[in-house]
Amino acid sequence: MPKEHTDIILQVEKLGKSFGGVVAVEEVSFELKKGEFMGIIGPNGSGKTTLVNLITGFVRPDSGKVIFKERDITGYRPYRIVQLGISRTFQMVRLFYNLPAYKNLIIPLCSSRVKRFVGGHFGERDDIAIDILDDFGFERDSFVPYKMAGTLPHGYLKRLDLAKAMALRPEVLILDELFSGMSMSEVASTLPLIEKFHEEGLSIIMIEHRLKELFSVVDKVLVLNFGRKIAEGSPDEVSKMKEVREAYVGIDVEIEI
Amino acid sequence: MKREIKKTRKKRLDRGIKARSDTIYVIASLRDIFYLIMPRFLPVLILILIPLFLGSYHKKVLIHACIYGLLALSWDFLASCGLFSLGQALFFGFGAYVSGTLNHYFHIPPSFTIPIATLGGGALCALLLAPVVRLRGVYFAMITLILPILLIKMIDTTGIFGGTHGISSLSAFPHEYIDTYLAIVSFLFILFLFRRVLNSDYGLVLMAIKDDDRAVMSGGINIYWRKIQAIFIAGSLGCFAGALITHHYQFLGISTFALDYSILPIAAVALGGQGTFAGAALGSMILVPLSESLRALGGLRIAIYCLILILSIISLPEGIFHFLSRKYHQFETIEEV
Repeated sequence: MPKEHTDIILQVEKLGKSFGGVVAVEEVSFELKKGEFMGIIGPNGSGKTTLVNLITGFVRPDSGKVIFKERDITGYRPYRIVQLGISRTFQMVRLFYNLPAYKNLIIPLCSSRVKRFVGGHFGERDDIAIDILDDFGFERDSFVPYKMAGTLPHGYLKRLDLAKAMALRPEVLILDELFSGMSMSEVASTLPLIEKFHEEGLSIIMIEHRLKELFSVVDKVLVLNFGRKIAEGSPDEVSKMKEVREAYVGIDVEIEI
Repeated sequence: MKREIKKTRKKRLDRGIKARSDTIYVIASLRDIFYLIMPRFLPVLILILIPLFLGSYHKKVLIHACIYGLLALSWDFLASCGLFSLGQALFFGFGAYVSGTLNHYFHIPPSFTIPIATLGGGALCALLLAPVVRLRGVYFAMITLILPILLIKMIDTTGIFGGTHGISSLSAFPHEYIDTYLAIVSFLFILFLFRRVLNSDYGLVLMAIKDDDRAVMSGGINIYWRKIQAIFIAGSLGCFAGALITHHYQFLGISTFALDYSILPIAAVALGGQGTFAGAALGSMILVPLSESLRALGGLRIAIYCLILILSIISLPEGIFHFLSRKYHQFETIEEV
């Protein structure tokens, strides 16, 4: 009995939020098991990003609960939630464009969450930042990590945002449309990274419009429409559901994945 | 016959002394060493030596310039983490009142009241402003503007700490060179300390809060705690300036909460250039002597003073320091096109 309970790392219970009269998220519940890879899909405006904002504390929920490792974190401040172990990336990347790319990682490395892994003496954070970036396609011997973030192409910025989230050594990683605006080759080089994190035991929630890539990696899919959960299940099950097809295409046709 | 019009243009070239980043220099000769050291060393040398050649009136002007310089540094530090304050007078007055009352009622000598006022005053400022660190931009500025006015009214109506008359005959410094050099050395020390802090990882986080506080929060950093720390640092500095001037004049009054101490540092930063601290220091070193030298003009003084300020801000919106440093770091040649 207790073992079953500790298996769940993140639990969302009947989460709700409305902005004025518009209901953005309505009674959404799901459970994320440790090491599970979950995808969230849904048409535009279906409340995916709001759901992420509610979980990560950027928006306070009107109702419902978020439970992380048996601890009620509803209404916690965003930095507190990050310090507990939930990292996220942003749909519109939020970076410091007037800093060199590797300096962007200094900020998460200053967090109290990673204090034990980071030494204090001069320049040590810089070395760690360059080490981390090396894994994300910023080769240490090239000049890419030292370039101003504002001058980097979009694909690099997305990966820099991912590196920023991973620098915090999270237990749950939430990716908000990581692949939007990336070219096919950039996606192809980033996807194995995420699969590697998954194999290493990281629990991941991924919002994505590219269904083909998403369905090839996730264990479970949650489908939102008009702020409500309309389906949950394995990729195969979900892609066959009538409601999902109607929400996506308007009529019941086969979704090609 | 076609006459050719000669056109010239300025060609600018960076001196190739920086390698890959702002912190790594390539030094190839003694000349390069001088090139790097002189802009830091010369002002220090001048400020240290100049009191020896000044009369007591000019020494007072110099102390004032350093005091306003400290306040300008304190303003610039808060601004670098996105807190725009209009109330440096709050810090200044707190420092003055803490040290003045300790000296008057408990007869503690200045060598103790000044450190106590610095740290205790800074803590008081941080406590007082902690509830409003969530406010951004103009709202924070409004609160800091109102607080000194509120405190003036409170002292005025309740008559505590000497009321409107203030408290006079506080302990003086043992020698007049001590106040002068205390002001100059602390001013220079804080200037170089702040420049170093801003280049460290701690300063990087503070500046990042100004750029995008939500991105910093998603980096797992408690931005409100960082802002309170910044207020404590800037507040301590303002309090130190207030405590120093109280013992210098041996007088404590509500004039320490006056608007001058809020506005003039901002004017100094606007003149000198924001974000580098050197600009703030330079601005106050220009503004205070300027305002003193215009004193002979009587009533027109403020008008002319403002005119100079407006003209300089229009012609050099980036600030004098940024302009000078650009000129210093670039070769400029005129060549024909």
